[in-house]
Amino acid sequence: MLSKKQLFTRGMLDISPHMLSVIPFGIICGAIGVELGFHPYLVYAMSFIIFGGASQIVFLQLLSGGASSLVAVASVGIINSRHLLYGAVLSEYLEKLSFIKKLLISYVVVDQGFAESNKFFKKNRSEEFLHYHLIGTGCTMWVCWQIATLSGIVLGSFVPEELGLKFAIPLTFIAIVVQDLKKLDHVIVMITCGLSSLLFFDAPFKSYIIISPIIALFVAALLLRLKK
Amino acid sequence: MTLTAIIFAGILTYFTRMTMIALISRDMLGNKIKAVLEYVPSAVFPAIIFPGIFINDFGTIIDMNDPKIFGALVAVIVGYFSKNIIATISAGLVSYWFLIFVVFN
Repeated sequence: MLSKKQLFTRGMLDISPHMLSVIPFGIICGAIGVELGFHPYLVYAMSFIIFGGASQIVFLQLLSGGASSLVAVASVGIINSRHLLYGAVLSEYLEKLSFIKKLLISYVVVDQGFAESNKFFKKNRSEEFLHYHLIGTGCTMWVCWQIATLSGIVLGSFVPEELGLKFAIPLTFIAIVVQDLKKLDHVIVMITCGLSSLLFFDAPFKSYIIISPIIALFVAALLLRLKK
Repeated sequence: MTLTAIIFAGILTYFTRMTMIALISRDMLGNKIKAVLEYVPSAVFPAIIFPGIFINDFGTIIDMNDPKIFGALVAVIVGYFSKNIIATISAGLVSYWFLIFVVFN
């Protein structure tokens, strides 16, 4: 049985390699916000209040492009709706927590943290304080995101644009799913999602990001039926 | 004005994180749904990966000889065999930089 501290540290260690892509991306996000002409305090407030990577850039780009606040807010909601799926998966492991703890832990659920903690949870179901792993991944992400976006806001885009560091984001997610390429059913689900995301890329409010997972999960349900 | 919008966007985002964790009990989801949820990582992350590779800054599909495709392939191969996140990201970036700075320059 691992202690709370050991689980928290394990969570920190499991997510820290992803900071290689998260930190440059955060710096870019902060710098873009200021370049688009928004007040630095507002750009930073988003990292604290929304705490949602790409959705923050989309929000500012929409507003600066003349979209209404309603459209910008709706887009953020739709982009981040994928968290509903993460929550549905995590709820099994967080069931025993008190309502207040569930409310608090929800704030730090992020893509990479969900991915790494979910992998750990599957292998260590019997641990009593499992949620400390999720707190470890989430808090590491939170601290790095705040520091990275703040540096981008204060120092500007000191990461040279020619390096194309935005490309590190798809790479970080490749690292997350690559081992599942061993399983044919997962490969089919991934390709379905990926192709759908390209097909629906121009759908309004960036909704491709939730439409394609839903299509892919339908395909997963069909595959499960065929397997029986 | 913008701050109000940010706060609304923040509340909405928090609800997407909190709803399934705090308001839905696991018993409300049947075994079939639980089995499908096993596929969530494979069903969600390609929607971030594919556009990040195949769609450029102007929102159009890239050419088949774009260096990003090569970088992504290298990352997949290195990631598959190394099982190492840092190696995967670095291999993808370095091979991408090799193409844009050395080969296509």
